[in-house]
Amino acid sequence: MENNNLKTIALNVRKNIIKMLIKAGSGHPGGSLSITDVLVCLFFNHLVHNPKDPLWEGRDRVILSKGHVCPALYAVLAESGYFPTDELWTLRQIGSRLQGHPAKDKGLPGIEISTGSLGQGLSVGVGIALGLKLDKKQNRVYVIMGDGEQEEGQIWEAVMAAGHYKLDNLTGIIDYNNLQIDGSVEEVMGISDLSEKYRAFRWNVIEIDGHNYDQINNAFKQAKEYKGKPTVIIAHTVKGKGVSFMENKAEWHGKVPKKEQLDMILKELEERV
Amino acid sequence: MVNVTEIKASRQGYGEGLMELGEINPNVVVIGLDLTESTATHSFKNKYPDRFFSIGIAEQNGMSIAAGLSLVGKIPYVSTFAVFSAGRCWEQVRMSVCYSNCNVKIAGSHAGLTTGPDGASHQATEDIAIMRVLPRMTVIVPCDAVEARKATVASASIYGPVYIRLSREPTPVITDKNSLFEIGKANVIKEGKDVGIIACGVMVYQALLAAEILEKENISAKVVNLHTIKPIDEDTIIKTARDCGCIVTVEEHQVMGGMGSAVAEVLVKNYPVPMEIMGLEDKFGESGNANELLEKYSLKDKNIIEKVKKILKIKRKGG
Repeated sequence: MENNNLKTIALNVRKNIIKMLIKAGSGHPGGSLSITDVLVCLFFNHLVHNPKDPLWEGRDRVILSKGHVCPALYAVLAESGYFPTDELWTLRQIGSRLQGHPAKDKGLPGIEISTGSLGQGLSVGVGIALGLKLDKKQNRVYVIMGDGEQEEGQIWEAVMAAGHYKLDNLTGIIDYNNLQIDGSVEEVMGISDLSEKYRAFRWNVIEIDGHNYDQINNAFKQAKEYKGKPTVIIAHTVKGKGVSFMENKAEWHGKVPKKEQLDMILKELEERV
Repeated sequence: MVNVTEIKASRQGYGEGLMELGEINPNVVVIGLDLTESTATHSFKNKYPDRFFSIGIAEQNGMSIAAGLSLVGKIPYVSTFAVFSAGRCWEQVRMSVCYSNCNVKIAGSHAGLTTGPDGASHQATEDIAIMRVLPRMTVIVPCDAVEARKATVASASIYGPVYIRLSREPTPVITDKNSLFEIGKANVIKEGKDVGIIACGVMVYQALLAAEILEKENISAKVVNLHTIKPIDEDTIIKTARDCGCIVTVEEHQVMGGMGSAVAEVLVKNYPVPMEIMGLEDKFGESGNANELLEKYSLKDKNIIEKVKKILKIKRKGG
């Protein structure tokens, strides 16, 4: 798909993220907006999947380890045709399949495992990748993590295991937006240099601008071609990307805009494409 | 006399069960966490090296990896000590396994006081409580090595998370290959009418010894091997309460939240009778051999007899 088409999809996804969060009255806009472009490129240009047959055995698996940004995933799944867009407006409501954090047991197509407690998704991805290799299958596994999430010890257990088992069918993606709830990631807990750390754990590392479509697409392509090691794509992003008053502000990690701000936000999103 | 065929640790039965499963079910895989021989999984590792994943000393990672393997149709057995499998990775068990309804089986070896000389750091005495509280989890505490083998094999035949509690210490084998074992169905192993003794794990043997001595004093004790703590066999528990009029439970686990608590939950709702819950009284264990520890923490046959006599007095007074 051409960049212009991807941008149009990403615009819809961002608009739907804002609409669903305002309707829900709670949730996490900052990280949802920072990961949007990467998710759109993954689902529309690289992922092997069939939205009409979500449990198809030949599919690639996507694990959203940073489960709190599920509005972005839900909007991308709806845009891909996994379920009707109207269902997005049930986010966080009683009886909804769109839980506040992804819930496998609610049966929403496209949700492979429950997440929300940080640090577990990469391990789950390692397990899937080991199982696929055992069965000599070609499907790939994509795990989307946060930058703050790199502070979890279990991440490094999983990074070590993926390197040890040379899981070249596994791609990790880090949404490096530099902010977490308490403020700047480097102030809360210094995680740099992430590239050096992953390399030391026997990973192939690609650093990109996570809003540049050429770079995102190239990174996914390279990850797929790279043999003998897992690949991590460190995507430098802007928290709240697309909504000027939210950009690079930690406070918009888990706070939603007011209803009155909806039209203004949608207008700005359109103008900036 | 209680019929004892051999002395063997229940963890060995787990290892044998895995070998049986390895043969009949190609989807069965094992997660090893640097305790391969201690958890009796070395035979499986040697025979099925491709289906044995060494994850190192990283229990949380191992548990979530197991969840991932289950998502592609494998039936992983996470094998480590109970303090780690139930305790250290409790939250991975909660979210990656139970909340996600993954088909993961969890072995908790070296559970209970009888773990012995390693001391309280390694004696899991809270695992039944923290595993049974999780929605979707099945909790099994085999009474000996033969039952552990059956429990292991049976666990693969049901979908969903299963926790199997195992012992380090070789203990008397009191069941045989013909004894019934069905997940969720308690076994009445001795009939009686005056008191019901409900036990699990290695305490079943102590309960049988106690019942034998009581018999000589004309006290007729019914002994129930409650090998499945969850889903709990309500019918057998209620019938035991109705037939005997009082209950003593015994487990090598904390009194709070354990098997006795689970039995009490059934009885208060259905058929309340006077009851004693034997186990650790809000204490950690310590180093010592298994027998010394059971002695010191009052979990021997003689202690069961004392509690039986106490509860019988309450029963005769009319509760």
